[in-house]
Amino acid sequence: MSALPASRLRLEELTKRFGTHRAVNAVSLDLESGEFFCLLGPSGCGKSTLLRMIAGFESPTAGRILLGEQDLTALPPHRRPVNMMFQSYALFPHMSVAGNIGYGLKGLARAALAERVADLLKLVRLEGFGDRRPGTLSGGQRQRVALARALAREPKLLLLDEPLGALDRGLREETQGELRAVQRRLGTAFVVVTHDPEEAMMLADRIGVMEAGRLVQVGPPADLYRRPASRFVAGLLGDVNLIPGRLGAGGPGTIRTVETAHGPVRGVAEAALAQGASVVVAVRPEDVVLGAEGLPVVVTDAVFLGDRLRRTLRLPDGATLRASGRPAEAGEMPGSEARAGFAADAAMILPA
Amino acid sequence: MSGRKPVGLFDRLMRLPAFLWLAAFFLLPFAITLKISLSEPATAIPPYLPLLDWRGGLDGWSTFLEALNFDNYRTLYADPLYRDAALGSLTYAGVASLILVALGTPLAYALARAPARWQPLLVALVIVPFWTSFLIRVYAWIAILKPEGLLNLALRRLGLIDAPLTILNTEAAVIVGLVYAYLPFMVLPLYAVMNRLDPALREAAADLGAAPSRVFWTVTVPLSLPGIAAGAGLCFIPMVGEFVIPDLLGGSETLMLGRVLWTEFFSNRDWPLASAVAVLILAIVLGPVVLFRDSLRAGEGEAP
Repeated sequence: MSALPASRLRLEELTKRFGTHRAVNAVSLDLESGEFFCLLGPSGCGKSTLLRMIAGFESPTAGRILLGEQDLTALPPHRRPVNMMFQSYALFPHMSVAGNIGYGLKGLARAALAERVADLLKLVRLEGFGDRRPGTLSGGQRQRVALARALAREPKLLLLDEPLGALDRGLREETQGELRAVQRRLGTAFVVVTHDPEEAMMLADRIGVMEAGRLVQVGPPADLYRRPASRFVAGLLGDVNLIPGRLGAGGPGTIRTVETAHGPVRGVAEAALAQGASVVVAVRPEDVVLGAEGLPVVVTDAVFLGDRLRRTLRLPDGATLRASGRPAEAGEMPGSEARAGFAADAAMILPA
Repeated sequence: MSGRKPVGLFDRLMRLPAFLWLAAFFLLPFAITLKISLSEPATAIPPYLPLLDWRGGLDGWSTFLEALNFDNYRTLYADPLYRDAALGSLTYAGVASLILVALGTPLAYALARAPARWQPLLVALVIVPFWTSFLIRVYAWIAILKPEGLLNLALRRLGLIDAPLTILNTEAAVIVGLVYAYLPFMVLPLYAVMNRLDPALREAAADLGAAPSRVFWTVTVPLSLPGIAAGAGLCFIPMVGEFVIPDLLGGSETLMLGRVLWTEFFSNRDWPLASAVAVLILAIVLGPVVLFRDSLRAGEGEAP
């Protein structure tokens, strides 16, 4: 199925104020057709409000929502070619599974309706469950009914609010894969809201990170992980060591030196930062290598986690670093002195 | 009985007041009423026979029991007055209940959908009429409905009618009075149910293309049925035995069981027959109680 350009979502300076609080603050975003997009952020960052504005349940204080050529901003929810899968699933308890899935297919002839519902049940692997009531289903089955119901009207855009939030861990990973498979097969653009970075990275083509109502960085998961624009994004997407210091000379995108309390450290500064600016060097634990070069540290703890060994290192000023590596490489036991180094292109220089 | 939880001494004690209350103020009076309904009227104090003579021993008991009979119930069955009164009660209560559902459902919906900070005030406004005496409120309706009353005055000023309409002392006035008096009992349980409905359900329906009216009829109303049943039951049951409203607003032809009972008791001093009418009202009312209890249970079972 070729994706239509009509399914391109564009948000223009979208703002939502509740009283004086800006829940969503001037968010602009362009979605590719058929893209799996993830809005990631802690609770209260405005990601759900943004999603509800796209669905039509909240009206923006300012800004526009465009889908292809169509301006959705003033349309009520039932007129938007957009569907939503609710966090609580919001299945109608008084209707059968088939009744739920067919609810949005009003106007279809009886036979066509039955056929479409059967197709959708097959899509989510719930054949034979049509006559059941939602109350008799497991959490994972309910989630799939909700997905089928939201897809029934062949929306140009599907919004998913914490789609895996109500599932237990084992089921989540399985469902993540299914969700991706369904999205690829249909070519519908998906916008998922989640607070779970792992989920966002597993699902999304691109992630948009939200902080206090603003969309602070958008990019593919690897870019966000490797090249975060701020300490907030760096910390949100995974564990990170932060070493403060003063920035040396150089331009954006080049390797520059940072003077830290433990000596000079080299890293990449993506942003245009002035020489002498106060910065942090952000290094992922898996990039910290214990060897002959680098910062002098004392190994204070080593935890064996099967696939990796996590060590806690103490810098001379008492600050700690975390290093994570393959157990085979690790000879240093707690108490031993070592040097902690990292490749310059693995170290991100971020504004303090 | 394996599924039943064991009940501790404390919980048993907590149930005791309810049992005692029921025994003292329902079972005992009902037993007395039932006994009187099987007696015969007499010019005496109290105005019925037989009276149980405790000194008579076992013989006294048997004479007493032999004197009891079902004559009053035969009268209820044979005399069309009582059948008409029963039918009248059921009709008035039924029609009023239907109107109450039709009025109360949108009212409760509006309450439940009002901004959260306004809801306590709006709910209070529904209850406020209770602060005034029930009798005064019914009398106020006389002032509104009588030929030279407020309603006729307003309609004439508006030029809608030439001569005053006769509303007071008609069936319509009784229905108006019943609907007015019982509306809060319809609205409050219904509001409680609607207010608890997950707003995401309405949003999901709208999201799936349903216009607000379809959302209301296919999601809100079906999920509010337990509240509608509770409200209708709460109104229907006392309306069957209602006396004050038909007496003050109805005409001489308004036949309801409550009025008949009153007449038998106070005008005819026929306590046994009045008691039989009271037992009949209870029997009529028990039907819907059993019915609604089942429908309420079914509703609870289906709620999320």
